[in-house]
Amino acid sequence: MELLNDINAEHESKAQPTKDTLGNTWFSKAKFLFAGLAGLVVWYVVYRQLLSFSQYFTYNILGLTPESHLGEAVEFFVYDTPKVLMLLTLVVFGVGIIRTFFTPERTRALLAGKRESAGNVLAAMLGIVTPFCSCSAVPLFLGFVTAGVPLGVTFSFLISAPMVNEIAVVLLYGLLGWKVAALYLGTGLLVAIVAGWVIGRLGMEKHMEDWVLELRANGAAVVEEHLTWSDRIKQGGVAVKDIVGKVWIYVIAGIAVGAAIHGYVPENFMASIMGKDAWWSVPAAVLVGIPMYSNAAGIVPVIYALLGKGAALGTVLAFMMSVIALSLPEMVILRKVLKPQLIATFIGVVGIGILLVGYLFNLII
Amino acid sequence: MNILVLGPGCPKCTEAEKNVKTALQEAGVEASVEKISDFQEIAQMGVFSTPAVVIDGEIKCVGKVPSKSEVIDWVNL
Repeated sequence: MELLNDINAEHESKAQPTKDTLGNTWFSKAKFLFAGLAGLVVWYVVYRQLLSFSQYFTYNILGLTPESHLGEAVEFFVYDTPKVLMLLTLVVFGVGIIRTFFTPERTRALLAGKRESAGNVLAAMLGIVTPFCSCSAVPLFLGFVTAGVPLGVTFSFLISAPMVNEIAVVLLYGLLGWKVAALYLGTGLLVAIVAGWVIGRLGMEKHMEDWVLELRANGAAVVEEHLTWSDRIKQGGVAVKDIVGKVWIYVIAGIAVGAAIHGYVPENFMASIMGKDAWWSVPAAVLVGIPMYSNAAGIVPVIYALLGKGAALGTVLAFMMSVIALSLPEMVILRKVLKPQLIATFIGVVGIGILLVGYLFNLII
Repeated sequence: MNILVLGPGCPKCTEAEKNVKTALQEAGVEASVEKISDFQEIAQMGVFSTPAVVIDGEIKCVGKVPSKSEVIDWVNL
């Protein structure tokens, strides 16, 4: 018992790692690793059963006729709802753990002193893993600027952080397959990198509010946190509770709509309005998307419904990017640090980037 | 004791303020709690991720909502 107390005490203070504590952390790491692997195996086994379960449930338990409208809709719903929720839980948990390694302060330090181009690429990547919400955009912006991060690099981060997020990618993967998810991830990063680089080239520094330029901060306040692996795993759990707890209702509603479409609506319903041949549909999708504000969980099911009715992939991706990346509330907040010219440039450059992505996909797919 | 809660007013910042207030009540500690939502003021303190909590000039946490028990630990020192 005394030994156990000792171990605990050492584990908590862990100021000077001695051989003993190193042994202990190794042991606890191994323990977490095994628990994690076991969890993954269980997850995978359940996941693999979903399709046969949904068929058994629909046709044997409910007794619906295979290939009937109702049967197809019900099977689709019973299959996709747990599938997407399971994927979402796994990825949000994983990303939640990864995010404990990245704080805005650390990202700021990583980007300070980076040149453009390489800096743009790094900033866009860090945008995926750094914890971020649109209300912290301004403090973060100030932090980057005072650390000497070039304006264009800062924008690469600000564009990628909301646009390329794990929920969007998981939902696209779950509902539309890995190709669409990869396309979205890749082009989202590309838009963030290129748009940030262009904004940097335009030399817009003087269009920040004057007090921002005068701001001199002596480095960021950092509260050092020593996280153990159990802390990080707990944070992953918190992320699951936070995010999955908030978005599950949108996911289910979206899949229900998708299921109805899958079973009942004739194909090519949307083809004339949002199809490849309607050249004006891409700019229209971007323009409509700017004032709309929704998170990824709300928008992907809509995308899914549109695609199911024959809308073109490029048009739909452009619409989704525009809704998530360019939001009115974020512009209103950024107005506190940016003059209107710079905000207009920001919207313009990102909008054009999204437009090109839309046309590109309509052209090649 | 003077406590500042820094944050522009998003749900997380409101939650941080609420946690600080309940923690004070539970710990039975008297303190003034002030909410700072001006970006300029926040940035001048060197805080670049919100919410943040400052107690008597010392920054206690940045970029996360402190739990009630964390706040109780800070005010009881």
